[in-house]
Amino acid sequence: MKATREVLVSEKPGETGSFDVQKIREDFPILKEIVHGKPLVYLDNAATSQKPRAVIDATMRYYSADNSNIHRGVHVLSQRATQEYEDARVKVQNFINAVHSQEIIFVRGTTEAINLVVNSYGRSNVRGGDEIIITTMEHHSNIVPWQILCEEKGAKLRVTPINDEGDLIFEEFEELLNERTKFVSLAHVSNALGTINPVRRIIEKAHSLGIPVLLDGAQAAPHTKIDVQALDCDFYAFSGHKLFGPTGVGVLFGKSQLLEAMPPYQGGGDMIATVTFEKTTYNTLPYKFEAGTPNIAGTIGLGAAVDYVNQIGLDNIANYEHELLTYGTEALSAIPGLRLIGTAKEKASVFSFVLEGIHPHDVGTILDREGIAIRTGHHCTMPLMNRLGIPATSRASLAFYNTKDEIDALVAGIYKVKEVFG
Amino acid sequence: MNTDLQELYQELILDHGRRPRNFHRLEAADRSAEGYNPLCGDKVKIYVNMDEEIVKDISFEGAGCAISTASASIMTEILKGKTRAEAERLFETFHDLVTGKPAKLDSPELGKLEVFSGVSEFPMRVKCATLSWHTLHSALKGNGAVVSTE
Repeated sequence: MKATREVLVSEKPGETGSFDVQKIREDFPILKEIVHGKPLVYLDNAATSQKPRAVIDATMRYYSADNSNIHRGVHVLSQRATQEYEDARVKVQNFINAVHSQEIIFVRGTTEAINLVVNSYGRSNVRGGDEIIITTMEHHSNIVPWQILCEEKGAKLRVTPINDEGDLIFEEFEELLNERTKFVSLAHVSNALGTINPVRRIIEKAHSLGIPVLLDGAQAAPHTKIDVQALDCDFYAFSGHKLFGPTGVGVLFGKSQLLEAMPPYQGGGDMIATVTFEKTTYNTLPYKFEAGTPNIAGTIGLGAAVDYVNQIGLDNIANYEHELLTYGTEALSAIPGLRLIGTAKEKASVFSFVLEGIHPHDVGTILDREGIAIRTGHHCTMPLMNRLGIPATSRASLAFYNTKDEIDALVAGIYKVKEVFG
Repeated sequence: MNTDLQELYQELILDHGRRPRNFHRLEAADRSAEGYNPLCGDKVKIYVNMDEEIVKDISFEGAGCAISTASASIMTEILKGKTRAEAERLFETFHDLVTGKPAKLDSPELGKLEVFSGVSEFPMRVKCATLSWHTLHSALKGNGAVVSTE
């Protein structure tokens, strides 16, 4: 019941204190939804997060008042749209503390960000016999693009193992590094387990051998302050929709000198300086990597999401979520027959679990009828499930608008599941 | 428990989910096929021993949710002694049942399979109920391809 850390919230959130979760919940229209006659308890935030009114309004305002293509029109709408789009870039730059705004490339999401690095940096730098290191807990989107590259180049994918708790084994990572290693790519935070990886140590170690590192920050950006300068990562990828922004927009951060040297990922409009049939010269950063009309509304919405998160404060968010994590870990652990999967020392607010004798899919269906949305399945981490020797888990993943009452509802729902299955 | 859930998790389904029948490898099988639901990771392997056009014996192995396990279990029970054509027809009727096509609800041939009528209220679970049947279809066709629900 008691949180282990001192936080800025009252014992039952929403009463007093500077983090007023009930007030925050008012910002999210969807949280008032009734599902199967019960108030929605949304615990599938690792899949996608809900959107505050400010984000919905920003995209609606763009379409209602500013809709126009960017970087080309002389008319006022195009100027306004361009301004808002580029403002979003600066917001993201500040949000992750990048040195230059041109280091922020807008993409469709984390998946596209990783594919961009694989196809541009990877294809021009990885050769036969080279090695790329990932980890056991990667999302398919940080496995498959590298596999495709390795197959094409005759390179080898090496996998850093984890222990049974879901912690990456750093010594094994060190063992894997050698003169053939050309790249390291790993999750900042695991989507299936919540494990926070020791990314600073990993980057430091890789850099001591001159190896660049990409962090898949899809699950980190919504929960913790990202500082790409302090991390010194070479690439950082995250999705807008997991950060309370719209779907279809995401961010690739890359260090300028790396991005400058990389060939374009896609060709088309906006990414060029001059085109003749003989020769095309490319635009400067970041436009070199943004071919075609981007998701303008989504990007503006992402800018609004960044503003919103800043206004609440990532430190407040991290503290509050840690309190929920502690509370939930205790409550769930007390359920007979429930086993938490992923109990890393450093963990984000994710509860993956299995119930003895009950398949996660059945858990998910019964909880859904209680109005509780969780994810069940392999979470796009099939190699991780194989490593853990389970076909699937049930996963409840939290955001800062969740409450202890909702965790209580989850616990009550799990008891219902057990009742159905006797 | 709410009515939809009661309809879905009927006692017979829970029973077959807990204690699946014909749940083993079939040594005498002359054909088999594997099915996979990538969305939830459910896997099933169906073994069939045909005597000409008649399903002489049938069994399954795999790991899945209560619905997919019970569906495979009840399917193996009901198909023993049926002809290939009867099995294929039953699959069609069963598919209509779980996807809520009303005309077929009272088909007498469904027998025990009737307990799966509640699935139609849970569109996300139709694939759980039909995985073993799709896999059976592949085994009967004998093309050996792994069946995927996606």
